[in-house]
Amino acid sequence: MQQALNRALAEILAEDPKALVLGEDVGRLGGVFRITDGLQKRFGVDRVMDTPLAESGILGMSVGLAMAGFHPIPEVQFDGFAYPAVNQIITQLARMNYRSRGTLPMPVTLRVPSFGGIRAPEHHGESLEALFAHVPGLKVVSPSSPHEAYHLLRHSVAVPDPVIFMEPKSRYWQKGEVNLGHAGPVEGAKVVRPGRHVTLVAWGAMVARCLQVAELAAEDGIEVEVLDLRWLKPIDAAALAESVGRTRRAVVVHEAPLTSGLGAEVAALITEHCFDTLRAPVGRVTGFDVPYPSGDLEDEYIPNIDRILFGIQRVLEYRRG
Amino acid sequence: MDNSMDPAPLAPEELRRLYRLITAARQLDLAAVAWQRQGIIPGYAPALGQEAAQVGSAFAMDPKRDFIFPTYREMGAALALGVDMTEYMSTHKASWHGGLYDPVRTGFAPIQAVVGGSVLHAVGWAHGQTLNGGTGGVALTYFGDGASSQGDVHEAMNFAGVLKAPVIFFVQNNGWAISLPTEAQVAGGTVAARAAGYGMRAITVDGNDAPAVVSATREAAAHARAGHGPVLIEAMTYRRGPHSTSDDPGRYRSLDEERRDAGPDPVQLLADRLLAGGLADRDFLDAALEEAKDNAERIREGVEALGPRPGTEMFDFVYAEPTEALKAQARAWREESEHV
Repeated sequence: MQQALNRALAEILAEDPKALVLGEDVGRLGGVFRITDGLQKRFGVDRVMDTPLAESGILGMSVGLAMAGFHPIPEVQFDGFAYPAVNQIITQLARMNYRSRGTLPMPVTLRVPSFGGIRAPEHHGESLEALFAHVPGLKVVSPSSPHEAYHLLRHSVAVPDPVIFMEPKSRYWQKGEVNLGHAGPVEGAKVVRPGRHVTLVAWGAMVARCLQVAELAAEDGIEVEVLDLRWLKPIDAAALAESVGRTRRAVVVHEAPLTSGLGAEVAALITEHCFDTLRAPVGRVTGFDVPYPSGDLEDEYIPNIDRILFGIQRVLEYRRG
Repeated sequence: MDNSMDPAPLAPEELRRLYRLITAARQLDLAAVAWQRQGIIPGYAPALGQEAAQVGSAFAMDPKRDFIFPTYREMGAALALGVDMTEYMSTHKASWHGGLYDPVRTGFAPIQAVVGGSVLHAVGWAHGQTLNGGTGGVALTYFGDGASSQGDVHEAMNFAGVLKAPVIFFVQNNGWAISLPTEAQVAGGTVAARAAGYGMRAITVDGNDAPAVVSATREAAAHARAGHGPVLIEAMTYRRGPHSTSDDPGRYRSLDEERRDAGPDPVQLLADRLLAGGLADRDFLDAALEEAKDNAERIREGVEALGPRPGTEMFDFVYAEPTEALKAQARAWREESEHV
């Protein structure tokens, strides 16, 4: 996935002279995860800019650069360090098109290495999707595979609105085919494994885990459909309705805490669209309402295969009282 | 005050134009407070006493290539720049956050309430001019002594210093951040003192003295245009009235203190200069006042004539490319509101 993202950025910079990569350590170092490796050498310090260590500054600068006609692709080094930039993201980036009545659009793609799974120190693993998805004016996307990473990043940069691009950092070193010539649809959700008994809805790193679960469940004769939501804002309600309309059962799986998480939004959409056909309330298998725990406890926090299997079992065995 | 600065004096015609502008700003400001009391607009942020700082700084800029980043109190700067003042005042009429004017055409960014929020945008925009091969454009960003406490302001100054961005940080130190006086807001005595730490030139100027503000801003713009990097100007002013029309300054300062601390009235100061220098006579000053009152009256008519905004607009500008979900919400809103 790291190579897919790197290649996408290189192509974007080569094709669009107004595209700029900026952030801490993105230049000479190539980013702490090497996503921007070699880009500064190829495109120069003006196009791939190492900035001072100040996340609000990076985002505020990006707003001003967009006002000057550029297409900034800022990076914050880790999800937990997006918090200092949240004011600029919410009060400025997300609102400038609105405030200016469409005269100052914000084609800015913020890349955020996201979620946990790498035993990182505090604030180096967080799930901010519900925070960003709640903000009018933002769009939020998270790729689950190298192919998705390449094509979704290329598409996000072409979107004329601010996109929060949440890269699952635990999947950076995952290998996989990228079909460069054929993206497939780049908007909406995607069924990555068809099944007829229950739909697992996931995004980012949880998609791969749900595919593992589906594999195991198949041994017991349970055919699990896995829907990669991909876009967390806007959510593809039609794809949810289509899938759950068939399977009649759904479980949302996410790493973020349960309460007011994106799972609640997904469950509400499914209920609105599939109330008559649902055989059980929409299940949720999520992180807990605790601060993101230290590495030793990470495996207890992130939904694991057993917890997801229990989640499936609960909706399959649900009986109306 | 920075004595090293020796700007070219303003031509007589420029001084007269400056006087007409600051008189217009004064009258419009007084009028806007009255409109709030009369219920024509729900709220307003007065700029009484800051006319010279605002008009003088904007007067020095070139709207064809420069870009101004205001807060919510830069009425005088907008007026000096030639922004349509009915469209400007529409933000106080609660027609549209940011105002109805076109920021791209006017070179005046949307009005906004987040103090320090737009200071970083100025740096980004200014750096964009450098990346564009040096357009000669300079960003002018306003903030107050209160906003100078914000982290974004420090980040902006540091970024600008590192990048040598062509940006002018224009501080209107009006002595108060709502109820908190400057000495409780700005450690180190002045905001200008901080510029040295960011490797940036600073100019302190008498914010009541409009020609001095013009000269300082021209000096700063020339410095930035020549590629020498950012400049911080601290204009020492005084917020004579309340912070906003809902503020009660009587709770944190006395009228005696206000009279003692306010310094000379910027409009009167320039009038005296013009008379003493033989650059204008009473008739000219009277005519400028009449013109200013007529102007304020025309703007009142424009503001009163502003109807409510069409509800559909609420949905129109959220995205450049609206989502299907938002379009559906707009459709539902239309259907449901048509039944009312």
